[in-house]
Amino acid sequence: MEKTICAISTAPLKGAISIIRVSGKDAIKIVNSVFSGADLSKVKSHTIHYGYISHNNEKIDEVLVTVMKSPRTFTTEDTVEINTHGGIAPTNKVLEILLNNGCELAEPGEFTKRAFLNGRIDLIKAEAISDLINSETEKARKLAVNQIRGTVTKKIEDLRSSLISLMASIEVNIDYPEYDDAEEITKEVLLPSLKELNIKLVDLIKESENGKIINQGINVAIIGAPNVGKSSILNALIEEEKAIVTNIPGTTRDIVEGKISLNGIILNIIDTAGIRTTTDLVEQIGVEKSLKVSKEADLVIYVIDNTKENINEDIEQLKEIKDSKVLVFVNKDDLESKIKKETLKDYHLVTGNTVKEDGLKDLKNKIIELFNIDYFENTDYTFLSSAKHISLAKKAKNSIDNAINNLNEGILVDMVSIDLKESYDYLSEIIGEKYKDDLLDELFSKFCLGK
Amino acid sequence: MEKYEIIVVGGGHAGIEAAHAACIRGHKTLLVTSNLKNIANMPCNPSIGGTAKGIVVREIDALGGLMGKVADRSHFQIKMLNNSKGPAVRSLRAQVDKLKYPREMLKELKKLDNLTIKESMVKSLIVEDNKVEGVVLENNEKIYSDIVILTTGTYLKSKILIGSEIINEGADGKKPSVTLSDNLKELGFDLIRLKTGTPQRISKKSIDFTKLKEEKGDSTPWTFSYENKPLYNLESQESCFALYTNEKTHELIDDNLHLSAMFSGNVEGTGARYCPSIEDKIVRFKDKNRHQLFLEPESKELDSYYLQGFSTSMPRDIQEAMVRTLPGLENAEILKYAYAIEYDAINPYLLKASLETKLIENLFTAGQINGTSGYEEAAAQGIMAGINASLKLKNEKPFILKRNEAYIGVLIDDLITKGTTEPYRLLTSRAEFRLILRHDNADFRLRKYGFEYGLVSRSIYNKLLDKEKQLEELINILKEIKVNPKDKEILSKLKIKEINTSYSLYDLTKRPEITINDFIDLKLIKNEYSNEVIEAATFNIKYEGYIKKTYKEVEKLLKLEAKEIPEDIDYDKVKNLATEAREKLSLIRPRTIAGATRISGVNPPDIAVLAVYLKKEYGKNE
Repeated sequence: MEKTICAISTAPLKGAISIIRVSGKDAIKIVNSVFSGADLSKVKSHTIHYGYISHNNEKIDEVLVTVMKSPRTFTTEDTVEINTHGGIAPTNKVLEILLNNGCELAEPGEFTKRAFLNGRIDLIKAEAISDLINSETEKARKLAVNQIRGTVTKKIEDLRSSLISLMASIEVNIDYPEYDDAEEITKEVLLPSLKELNIKLVDLIKESENGKIINQGINVAIIGAPNVGKSSILNALIEEEKAIVTNIPGTTRDIVEGKISLNGIILNIIDTAGIRTTTDLVEQIGVEKSLKVSKEADLVIYVIDNTKENINEDIEQLKEIKDSKVLVFVNKDDLESKIKKETLKDYHLVTGNTVKEDGLKDLKNKIIELFNIDYFENTDYTFLSSAKHISLAKKAKNSIDNAINNLNEGILVDMVSIDLKESYDYLSEIIGEKYKDDLLDELFSKFCLGK
Repeated sequence: MEKYEIIVVGGGHAGIEAAHAACIRGHKTLLVTSNLKNIANMPCNPSIGGTAKGIVVREIDALGGLMGKVADRSHFQIKMLNNSKGPAVRSLRAQVDKLKYPREMLKELKKLDNLTIKESMVKSLIVEDNKVEGVVLENNEKIYSDIVILTTGTYLKSKILIGSEIINEGADGKKPSVTLSDNLKELGFDLIRLKTGTPQRISKKSIDFTKLKEEKGDSTPWTFSYENKPLYNLESQESCFALYTNEKTHELIDDNLHLSAMFSGNVEGTGARYCPSIEDKIVRFKDKNRHQLFLEPESKELDSYYLQGFSTSMPRDIQEAMVRTLPGLENAEILKYAYAIEYDAINPYLLKASLETKLIENLFTAGQINGTSGYEEAAAQGIMAGINASLKLKNEKPFILKRNEAYIGVLIDDLITKGTTEPYRLLTSRAEFRLILRHDNADFRLRKYGFEYGLVSRSIYNKLLDKEKQLEELINILKEIKVNPKDKEILSKLKIKEINTSYSLYDLTKRPEITINDFIDLKLIKNEYSNEVIEAATFNIKYEGYIKKTYKEVEKLLKLEAKEIPEDIDYDKVKNLATEAREKLSLIRPRTIAGATRISGVNPPDIAVLAVYLKKEYGKNE
């Protein structure tokens, strides 16, 4: 890692100060060359210094500079952090000066990547730190902090050690077939243990999906026929909760219209085009996209007009999205009701209107109930928060499922151990550990073997 | 001046295979052994094979080695271990006659007309410019050669320990080799001190067999060698016997622990975890109130039984009392006392994958000198060292087996990438691809190499090609022939209730209750396939899912294997490696990224750093 990199480490436009972080072997030299104050090449590590960043004898900003020498830094490289005054202009100017004096602009996540490559942190920590940086609510921060401390690692390790203990028992039967000291691991012995492991994995995955919600929020799509009041609902929700940010591009697919925090959980509200049966080609494309968005959302709020007599088309659309979590909001209840509510009895139902803002609280309470958001308050946040880790945990669970099915189909235990090994490897991948002789160590510590 | 192409030092299991491979490949070879009676000696257990090891014997056979063929002629009991488990973990083990085996082996060696056997001890190596040029014998006679293969077993500075006694000799009372060990140290080798042990031999006449549980061999006449037809008479098989230690045994050992060489501080070497002495077992596993032992006959010509599981370094009088606490052995007469043996070995990370040492050119080592344990592991290295020595002489690329090709590949790769601190034994759990490394497919895997390297004749190789053809044909036929829902009679005979659509025999074979022999009985396919071919087809079909999974893993490995690390890499220039990783990589110098991943202390971040460096410096290995 030859390059010295720098980047603004605080979000633009927020706060009274901004921090620019510089990391690499020339970090101190470069900052020193543009700093007036103490000679940074001579100061002690982990000290803060007051002075100015100057350019062509012009004072650009009054700053505090923190000097941290290798290896006790985040990236393990020499690191300097410059606290500038907030605001785009001075911060950008300082950054520009650094770039002109030998720094290169860091790529997104490059500090963390260096910390990982330099052996400072393991993979799961690296990913947790990126979550920490991106965490927008207190709960997400707590979860990320816990991951760094290794509670997730501990949970995964417990699962791994249960698995390896089973595997070691199977191996002993194979490598020492004539020793009757070791318990014969039969299907009957193995199945209950595997089922227990499976339950633990299912719990972890379930909790982790909640973890994902804590971190990334709940994606909510508001859909319905044109003019049923989707935008009013959106605006009312944002209005009341004082939207954190608006008009932030979400994924590449959709536009997140607004984000609100609900008991500490972020709702990413996604706008969609109104849907109805249409022959207009352009509108048709919009409708299809709305349906696609709603299928991918964590929650669909389907808005129906209370004054409409015939809601057959809505019922058809609701059938289209039957696999999603759906909440039906019957809008305009301040007007005369014409719809037959019993046709909607299979759905979570909330009625209200945006004129008097009735029912919005019910709507929010319903969301809290549907996602168990209150439960998040009381848990210890020890789960996997990245989609990649959750998918690995799911693969680990699938391997256990396979093992159980294969055993039930009469496949022999030593074959099934391949499924167990696979599961073990997926778990190991989550905590970034592989290539170890754990199995043999387990084998010889547990059993008395030999000639 | 006498000059050979290849000198093999040591006539144990490694030395024999090395010399045999070298001679068959046409090299004038000298085998130096301290004693002709030492050829193919079995100083410890009177058996060949066992889990994983039995598969290795078949691999040696497929490559054209001797061990399997000679064992087939010399045993009096053979068993397929794990027969009740899946086919991937089955393995043969035979009780081998410890007098007949060396005799038969010597006969084989005498057939080699370019082999000279000399009784002497090698004192040191002749080395010029880090290149070996021959050996110096104990009488100071110098013999020159292009290549030297050291297969000295446990004889480097060996010490026998019984109680407080320390005897400077090798196994079975043979002379140890002291100066050679010092010589290797001077040449820069990292020597490690290892320990192993052997139990008592008991006189048959003094055993009360009525108190013991008989363990018979299989009634199926198996052979190790793919070439041999079963040649033994089932009637003349000998049994082994199982017995257990008891509280009295444990109490006696506990009371006298201080007298054991193991606990008195006399033992410096590291013992293997899988080969603990009985006192070790009792100390480490206090909650076990009994340990299983076996009595195994040593030879039809001898009166002695090997007491497996009772290895110890207690003084003789305590041993006597210990043995007599065992049921059936109340009046036992000990013919030979148990002892611990310590010896020097080379830490095997100093070897290339060809088994040539990295320090001295043209010097190869094989067997226990490389830190392994076991006759089979030794023989496997022997044949590989013999072939590679010859390839080196001919300036050809070395013969390296990969981890997905053979247990032999696993063995050598483990040794050179991990080194060892205890005597290394093969276990099925060391082979991550054991599903495809089976006893029944060693010929499919390795015959081609045996033929390519000249150890397997054309006619024997043709047999394998025929077998492959038969297998392919059988699989195709099974795919072609379909059973329709209308074929009620066939279905009822196969005990299948009902099918909605037609199924090929191939698909039906996947059902647990159906075998290919069922189809032969129903005359759906001709009865013209050998049992071996049917067995192989059955396996390939029934476990197709697992086999595919394994090959996927193999692919991952091969991808990493393809990423070679340049031999001249300077790890000091690779920034950001962890210190331990840098040290280990500099020392072991793995050939590929795959090898690097297996070194303990080299962690995934180090691999990432290394891969980035290689990509930057050498423009590949992304």
